[in-house]
Amino acid sequence: MTYQMDGWQEPTLAENLARAGVSRRDFLKYCGALAAVFAAGTPVLGAASKAYAAAPGGALTADYIADTLGAITKPVVVWLQLQECTGCMESALRSGGTTIEELVLNLLSVDYNELVMAPSGEAAEKALHDANAGPHILVVNGSIPMGLGGAYCAIGGMSSEQILRDSAKNATAILAVGACAVWGSVQAAKPNPTGAVGVDAIIKDKPVINVAGCPPIGEVITATIAYILTHGDTPKTDAEGRPLFAYDQRIHDSCPRRPHFDAGEYVRTFDDTGARNGWCLYAVGCKGPSTFAPCPIIQWNMHTSWPIGAGHPCIGCTEKDFFDRFTPFYHVLPKVPGIGVETTAAKIGWGLTGAAVVGVGLHAGITAIRQHAGKKSEATHTLAAFGDPGSTAPPGSSDAAPPATEEPPAEAPEAPADETTGKAE
Amino acid sequence: MARVTIDPLTRIEGHLRIEMETTGNAITKAWSEATQFRGLETIVLGRDPRDVWAFVQRICGVCTTVHAIASITAVENAIGATVPHQALLIRDMIMAAQEIQDHVIHFYHLHALDWVNAASAASADPAKAVAFADAIGSTWKGNNLGRMTAVRDTVKNVVDSGQLSIFTGGYWDHPDYRLPPEANLMAVAHYLDALEFQRSMIRINTVFGGKNPHPNFLVGGMACSIDPSHSETVNQVQTDLIQEWVQEIYDFVRTCYVPDAMAIVGVYKDYFDIGASSPNYLAVGRAGACFAGDPNQAPRYPSPMMDIKPGVILNDDFSKVLDFDASKITESIASSWFKYADGGKSLTPDKGETTVDYTGPSLPYTWLGDSDKYSWCKAPRYDGHPMQVGPLSRVMLAYAQGHPRTKEIVDNALASLQITPKQMNSTAGRTLARAVECLTSAETLWKDTFPTFIAGIKAGDINVFDPARWEPSSWPTSCQGYCIVEVARGNLSHWVGIEKGKISHYQAVVPTTWLAGGRDETGMQGPYEESLAGNGLHPLVDPAQPLEPLRTIHSFDPCMSCSVHVLDPDGDASEVSLS
Repeated sequence: MTYQMDGWQEPTLAENLARAGVSRRDFLKYCGALAAVFAAGTPVLGAASKAYAAAPGGALTADYIADTLGAITKPVVVWLQLQECTGCMESALRSGGTTIEELVLNLLSVDYNELVMAPSGEAAEKALHDANAGPHILVVNGSIPMGLGGAYCAIGGMSSEQILRDSAKNATAILAVGACAVWGSVQAAKPNPTGAVGVDAIIKDKPVINVAGCPPIGEVITATIAYILTHGDTPKTDAEGRPLFAYDQRIHDSCPRRPHFDAGEYVRTFDDTGARNGWCLYAVGCKGPSTFAPCPIIQWNMHTSWPIGAGHPCIGCTEKDFFDRFTPFYHVLPKVPGIGVETTAAKIGWGLTGAAVVGVGLHAGITAIRQHAGKKSEATHTLAAFGDPGSTAPPGSSDAAPPATEEPPAEAPEAPADETTGKAE
Repeated sequence: MARVTIDPLTRIEGHLRIEMETTGNAITKAWSEATQFRGLETIVLGRDPRDVWAFVQRICGVCTTVHAIASITAVENAIGATVPHQALLIRDMIMAAQEIQDHVIHFYHLHALDWVNAASAASADPAKAVAFADAIGSTWKGNNLGRMTAVRDTVKNVVDSGQLSIFTGGYWDHPDYRLPPEANLMAVAHYLDALEFQRSMIRINTVFGGKNPHPNFLVGGMACSIDPSHSETVNQVQTDLIQEWVQEIYDFVRTCYVPDAMAIVGVYKDYFDIGASSPNYLAVGRAGACFAGDPNQAPRYPSPMMDIKPGVILNDDFSKVLDFDASKITESIASSWFKYADGGKSLTPDKGETTVDYTGPSLPYTWLGDSDKYSWCKAPRYDGHPMQVGPLSRVMLAYAQGHPRTKEIVDNALASLQITPKQMNSTAGRTLARAVECLTSAETLWKDTFPTFIAGIKAGDINVFDPARWEPSSWPTSCQGYCIVEVARGNLSHWVGIEKGKISHYQAVVPTTWLAGGRDETGMQGPYEESLAGNGLHPLVDPAQPLEPLRTIHSFDPCMSCSVHVLDPDGDASEVSLS
């Protein structure tokens, strides 16, 4: 269903929507979709979020969102693109159903965004200057290269750092959207030739919300903005600044293939019998056990599919330094002392009750650590990965070769014989 | 003489700065300046070749998928991996969907505001907009009074509210916006429809790659199993959806995009005489043609995208198609911030180097063009010639070779517009060629690639991965490979060297590098520069509203993150056969 928005003529969104002929019921439908996005990982969010506490009955309902969202006025947005690939803007363009995008576009006055704005050059710079002069929401795609005095990414003759600082000054909320803005992403992978860093390495005096992913799911990008409009505050985050409404669950814990992991049913090589039966991709390198992301819950491109659903292991793109810590991508995650629920579970024989109890207990532990760790580096170390992000040499040097674990853990049961699982191949 | 700078040059991918000198209302000199550098090819050194697609795919999120496919194909070429036919067809469908989506987004969301005065749509009569759509032959389902009225009201209210959002600061008073209000209204309506279209049809790539942007790929095939008798695979449910999206593509391109593009270049017909660029064209096939190694050798499978031969046209001579020879490609650093170890200005890509040598001013700066070096983008040449790549090159190569469907569409357009083939070398020609190509690509996907894929499934051909060369122990100790592929913006090649299972050399020669590169050591301008300052006649009426040069630069569909790449500083892939 596509709405034709009627522009921003009335004081509030609700009145504008009414004027546009969008019924309360349809608006609630949209808010219901948002609520579903926010509700990813409800128990944790429920305990932690002011919104839940404020909402009637402690539940974030479509009604509550509609009331709150409907009352706000049209905020100005400055949406920067620094050192990056434009994939995050493309993901935002793909966001959700038509209804959601039509509404979100009309919720905001996006006065500066290089990909879609009409003017160039001086007129574009003026639009940026004018928007920066007042309160605004700042969205940043891309990293900030610190090398060569900023000459690795210049816009209008100015460094990315300068543009970011100027735009952050009067910002009421700052969203770092995508892996580049969060920590530098691929260009910050070793040896990081341009000295790329994320937004929160530059902006220290204001909180930065890190919408992680390479790119993030479009719906998560728009929902993070809508969250701010709804609650008048930024979302509660984990230790790495990621909104809990989207990033509080490990992929491994919400993965529909998890029962196959627990049963020891692994894809051994691509397109084998296990692959055609939708078995677990752990043995071909899935980083789901170390990755917090809502991909299994929200999925991609209007709930069409998601990486594991299309047969490829998760590469962990919502985690810091994933291009170094999670590569080689097709190697099995190493065991991490003190965490190894999977091998623990294997040792106790995969009893259903035992596995479930250990799984729940472990997940609660990881989540708690990651929410409350004082330093990001500490939080990072709670997840299995290859090597130490801070201390290893570039991957080319042989002494820094990751602990290649080509085989799944010895404890993992073998895949059942073909005859028990169907006739493929 | 006056100096004019456009920076940021918006509605493109990445960061491009154009500096110009003007006399009167014409551009006399131009400098194309890429202002972003990331160094991805250094970053992949020493890594597992099976991982590299994920790194280099991040060269660009607009051209998402194409760098990944080029990478896995180059690695497969190096290690001698074979790829099941169905996996190759899946990659073809992914590339076709990407190319078509890319062209549509370019035309409506990046280029259209150069021709369409969005603000003027506020005063349009919706009934006349429907009539205008009818008059230009658009049979798009969105052309109705209710829709046009709603869009008109939307635009009117945005304009009246004073909060113009992305239209803030647009050149809405520029005298050279020529479309009547009703045409502007129709275009804005189609702009919104195209947003919906791209979001829908790109799901083809989500089915096969799990997400978009940046879907997942696999050396040796694809990870998405096909099995008509299993639920966790690509089966009848998914292929039914894909069929729907393939049909959706064909309908939108045929009934909306092509008529709109024809109408715009018809109204701005003088732009067939503006923006002529380097008169040389290079392509190895139609869009999507993908070669593991030498494109002059037999391809891995019979692809409809390879129904024209690789070739080169020089000096606008469409009567003669020369053989393509990859060994004639060089890259000059005469105008870019790099140095070569031998002190020279030009190297072939197989011996490519990039060592950063920034000699530009400290930031902030106001002018770069006074220095010999002014860009992060190298300047590729073919046999010494700056080349145009992309839809125009492919369409003219196909036209010159008598490709029946391309010739039919182009001849009809030329007759309708009363222009000559040579006038296709122009701002309007590049924009028209993109639409022509999009139509042929949509037809091929609909009538050939997708049905072939389905026929394969029906015949029991469901393998999508060959594990024979998956383990590094199965690879030669030392090997090299490359891929040359025609992607949305033009000719792309990735070159890889592998030593002891690790990447030892990597480089990409990218479409926008061909086009956005600056002057070479002989002083010859790159294609962007030539299009603006080639004859001293390119118009620029108001330096504060540089609408005319924006039209011309946008006609190339710049992708700046793609254009700037760094080669292996120690690389030596001299064993790669270029001939």
